[in-house]
Formats: sequence, structure tokens, C-alpha cells
Amino acid sequence: MTITITNMKRIGSEELTSVTVENGLIKGWNLAEEGEVIDGQGGTVAPALIELHAHLREPGQTQKEDLASGLAAAAAGGYGTVVCMPNTSPVIDDPAIVRSLLEKAGTLGFARLKPAAALTRGQQGEALAELTYLKQAGAVMFTDDGRTNENARVLRLGLETAASLGMVVSVHAEDASLRADGVMNEGAVSEALGVPGNPAAAEAARVARDIEIVAGLAAQGRPVRLHVQHLSTARALDLVRDAKKRGLGVSCEVCPHHLTLTDEALRGFDAIYKVAPPLRTQADADFLLEGLRDGSVDCLATDHAPHTRAEKERDLLDAPSGIAYIELAFPLMYTRFGGTLGLEKIVELLTAAPARVMGWPEPTLEAGAPADLVVFDLKTEREVRPAEFKSKAKFTPWAGETLTGWPVLTVVDGKVAYRRD
Amino acid sequence: MTATATKQVRPRHLLDFQDWSPERLTAILDNADTMLQVLDRPVKKVPALQGLTICTAFFENSTRTRTSFELAARRMSADVMTFAAGASSVSKGESLRDTIEVLTQYRVDAYIVRHHASGAAHLVHQYSGKPVINAGDGRRAHPTQALLDAYTVRQEFDSLDGKTVAIIGDIRHSRVARSNAELLPKLGAKVVLCGPATLLPADLAGLPGVTLTTDPVQAVRGAHAVMALRLQQERMSGGYLGSLQEYADTYQVNEALMQHAESGAIVLHPGPMNRDVEISADAADGPRSRILKQVENGQAIRMSVLYHLLVGRD
Ligand SMILES: [Zn+2]
Repeated sequence: MTITITNMKRIGSEELTSVTVENGLIKGWNLAEEGEVIDGQGGTVAPALIELHAHLREPGQTQKEDLASGLAAAAAGGYGTVVCMPNTSPVIDDPAIVRSLLEKAGTLGFARLKPAAALTRGQQGEALAELTYLKQAGAVMFTDDGRTNENARVLRLGLETAASLGMVVSVHAEDASLRADGVMNEGAVSEALGVPGNPAAAEAARVARDIEIVAGLAAQGRPVRLHVQHLSTARALDLVRDAKKRGLGVSCEVCPHHLTLTDEALRGFDAIYKVAPPLRTQADADFLLEGLRDGSVDCLATDHAPHTRAEKERDLLDAPSGIAYIELAFPLMYTRFGGTLGLEKIVELLTAAPARVMGWPEPTLEAGAPADLVVFDLKTEREVRPAEFKSKAKFTPWAGETLTGWPVLTVVDGKVAYRRD
Repeated sequence: MTATATKQVRPRHLLDFQDWSPERLTAILDNADTMLQVLDRPVKKVPALQGLTICTAFFENSTRTRTSFELAARRMSADVMTFAAGASSVSKGESLRDTIEVLTQYRVDAYIVRHHASGAAHLVHQYSGKPVINAGDGRRAHPTQALLDAYTVRQEFDSLDGKTVAIIGDIRHSRVARSNAELLPKLGAKVVLCGPATLLPADLAGLPGVTLTTDPVQAVRGAHAVMALRLQQERMSGGYLGSLQEYADTYQVNEALMQHAESGAIVLHPGPMNRDVEISADAADGPRSRILKQVENGQAIRMSVLYHLLVGRD
């Protein structure tokens, strides 16, 4: 199968060019048109984005999202690869589930699925899952995300096993006893609202503990890989930065919602803003942004976490945590931070950076590379219209905002996975 | 203190191999050849230990090891006194010290000790002042097992020099692995310890002649002997493993794995075996297996150790 995409610019260049892709690979640039010809509409082409943290809710919670809607949403957001989280029902702790998800996703033709599997059985944190089998079945990462790893000893055993399999363990770093019943950031806003707070120290304390586990193993000559998910506080980032200086195998991700929203958003008691970890303060957001700039934050991830509207219409205490916005993560980042971070940095944080975290080859646009591409329209302003989302979660904090940088075309494995109508 | 400058004192106990020179260890192996000949005689008895009383103090159950030691002692004409903690005052809370001091009043000349706590054999030596043979203490040492393993390998290849022994399984909790890792390099062999990362303490890599790997194929490559260790079911509930099946699929010593070893490589197991878990039937019962040979050699080695400690001369 051959496609030629014409009339677009390679990221970093202003020259209009065309690319031909054949059998899943980039054949070359500026060749004679071949196969199906697609107009790039003057957009900018980059490697397709990589998401390390999305909740696709299959199996068992398909009223919120399923593989088809979630992977279609990802492709519409410019993503070529999505790592889905295992906190489904049942939990993805069984190789048979991994295989069936991969089989199903392979037939859909949207973004490529790379399942994460549970680190522990049932994500209960007490006994390791069958990590060897899970890897053999196609799992790319181990995590109990959706839960926190309270049993430090089991996490340590899991890190050791995962490292021997060449795998990363990612963690939802939050001390559950410090978090207690907190549902939003603990601070002036939570006090004013009379809503139970979740202190920044809950995150920092857990990150500190986990780093010490990594440090202890490293000191025994046993390097392991820990990835801290959705880091939200300045203090925790400080700890990660320090761990990196010590040469430890620790990486972290930050979510666009923690960069663009703060706990002030909860003043209307709207659970749409309820996330875990919670939206923090502007000072935290600024610190995280600085971390993206200086490299102490490794990559961006959305933590795309769809729920039904009815669930999100509950009160702040009862509503589930999570914001679903994989379709507008790039436009949001580009519109808000294109000026400060720059296009190329934002693209790197969503492509090469997550690949490095996973130990995957860094995506490139060179001839011979896999044909995973996205074309962004960096000029046209468009309103965020949740009704048009491919995701089943058709509501978002950014509804009605005007953003630029929308994907117009996503190619995965040499095939069109999304094309704006 | 330098070892070369000090005249080596003959050890009067076998707690581990720390005080043991390669020469003395080799002498024990050489002497086992003679003991095997004794076992082949119609009257399997020599008077070497006549008049001595040996107590097998087993604070942890092990019928096989105890039988092997007791037969070894009897075949050398010792009187054997059996102390099994299960049926004793230990279960009523008596301390190890009290127990040993009472036993010593029976004029015990030497102890053979098995205990669930690392270091217990040391304490028995300290409290009794008598020669002690460690028959397995905690996860620390099981020296006669390592000697019989070494002897079995030497029997096969004439020498241990330049040979490689791969030990696969729960290294972390294995006194057999620790004792072998200590002994075999002293005798010129290399040891590869292999198991799931959670059961493979990285610090063991500091021992001379010892390497670690989590990859069983890598472990057996170039190995002349491959030893499977018994996997305890509790390792599952301890969180060390995903499942027994996953362990067996990855780390089981079987004929397929042995294809990666040296062509004449043998299979060892300290017993008792979980067939189809850490070892397959084809490996346990096949032509490479020396597992029953180990049992026979175990008796000869224990006779040799008793002789060396209690009557041998410099
Ligand atoms: Zn999480």
C-alpha cells in the first residue's frame, strides 16, 4: 500500500514538500507522486505522537470508553501509539487479556495499542502478576496506576523483576494515608470551599520513598527503571531532579491539565476538574513548565481518563477522578506554550521523549523509518467542540476555547488512521 | 593478619568453609573415595569412631539429611543420639543454649545441627565447646551438601579445575547455593547463580568465581553441571513470583535447557524434588541425572567429614 502526502512542511522547515510511504515505511521525500495522493493542506508534518498514559476502559467499562472510541480519539489527537492503563474490569493482569486487546486493536486501524499490564495481581499490591507471561503476551510496561503501591516491598520485588525483563515500572505516586479522603489540592482553595484536601506532601513523600527503593537497588549493582506518572507538585519534581543527578533510573511525566489548570478551577464545585493527583497551584504549574524546559520532566502524557457524564455530574466527593482530552492535548499545548516552549520542544516531549522513557527507538522522519506521521494545521483557529469528539466522553474543561495546532491527518503504519473531514 | 604467615589451625568444626583451605577440602573429597569402598563391603562398618557419642540435633525436620548423617556415624561405629526438636522442650520455649547445655551433660562428643535460623550451628559450637557439623542453618550454609555436590561433579570429570556449575532457582533463600558458591571456587570451579531477579541477591556477585544472571540459557551455557534448587511454594505468597507455572516455564531445568550446556553436562538436585516445577521428569530421571548418585555420595562425604574432624591427624 502506497500513499503520497503533498503540500506540507517537515517540522523545522518552511519548504513545502511531499512524502511517500510504502508498506508501512517512509519511502522518501519529494518523490514522484505514487499511490493515493493526500493533500497536507499546507500543514506541518512530525512523527506521530506517543501517549504513555491513557485509560481506554476496555475490558469492562466500555460505557466510559472502548478500544475503538479511545484509539480513534487518539488518532484524531495526532497519536500513533497509545499505552493503555490496566485498571480495567477485570484488571489487565492476565496474558490472555493482553493478547485479546492487541488482537482487537490491530483490526481497528486507528492508533496502535501498546498495553500496560498490572504489576500486581488484581492491582491489589500484594503479589506480583505473571510479569514474564505478560511481557510475552505483548505488555510494554507494568503499573498499578489507578491505585497506589502501598506495599513498598512488593514494589521493590516488582522493580527487580521488571528490570530483569528490560521493562519500566510506572507508578501513581501518592501516599494513600497522607491523601486520606482528600479530593482536591490541600490549600487555600480547599479550605475556602470546605472540601477535604490532598496535600502536596502525599505525592512528594511517595516519590521520595520510591526513589530510595531505586537507589538501594542501584547501590547493589542492580539498576531498575521507575517512571513516576502524572507528577503534579514542585516538591516531587525537585526530588526527581535530584534523583537524576544521582544517576538513578527515575523518569517522570507531566500532564497538560496540570500545566494549564489550577485548584482555582474547582471553585464552582464542578467534578469535571476532579483529577488524581489533583490540580495544584499556579506555582506548581509554573515549576512543572520549567521542568519541561530544563529536561527534568521527561515527557508529556495526558492521563486521558474518560467517564460517563452522569458520573461526572455527581458531587465532588463522589464523582470519579479524571479528564478525557487526548484529542486536544497537542492543540492545547501548542496554543498555550508554543511561544514559551516552541513547537519542536512540544513535539519532542510527545514523541522522542516518551520513546526514550520506554527504551524504544526514537521516531524520525527519515526514509526507511516506520511511517507513523501526523500533520498539524498550525494556523487555523478552531473552537473546542466536545460533541465532535471521537471519545465517548463528550465534555471537557476547555469546551468553547479557541485553539490552534489541530491535527489534520494521522498515519499509522503507513495507513491513514485519522483525516479531518 | 595474613593467612600465609599464620600456621593454619585444623578446624574442629564444619560450620561453613571460611576456615577451610583448598588442601583440607580436597583431602575430604579424596577420603570419600575410601568411604565409598567401605559402603561396598558386605560388612559396612569400620571402628574409627568407636566410643564416641554423636548427637544429631535437628531443630528443623529433615529425615533424609538426618538419616544420612546417622548412618554415616553408625558405619564408623559411633554411638548416635537423636534429638528432634519437635518432640522436645524446645517447643515449650526452652532456649537453644539451655537445650545444648542439657545435651552436653550426656557426654556428647560432637553435634550435627540443623536449624531454621542462620548462625544456630555457630551458637551450638559456642555453648557446647564441642565439634559441630552444620547440617543446614537457615539460609546460610549447608556445607556437607556442597561437599557432596563438588564430589559428584569431580567424580564425573576427574577434576573440578576449570569446570562450571550452574545453580538455578531460589538463590536468595538457599543455603545450598551459598555453600556451593563458597566451596566450588576454592576448588577451582566457577559458579553461575541463576534465578528470578527477586530471588537472586545482587551482593553474591561479590564472591570470587561467582557470576549472577537471570537468564537460564546464559547460565547453563558452558556449564558442566546444572543444579536445580527446590522451589518453596511460600515464595508465591511472599510476592517473589508471579506464579509457579510462570517460574517453571522460565527456570525449569529440563532437557531442552540442558541442550545449551556442555555436551556431557550432568543434572544435580539437593532434593526433595518438586517434579515439573524446578525440574522436569526428563531431566530428573534421564541419563544426565546424578541425583541418586548424590545421595550415595552424601553418605561417603559425611563419613569422611566425621573422620576428618574427630580422628584425622595432620
Ligand atoms: Zn494515576
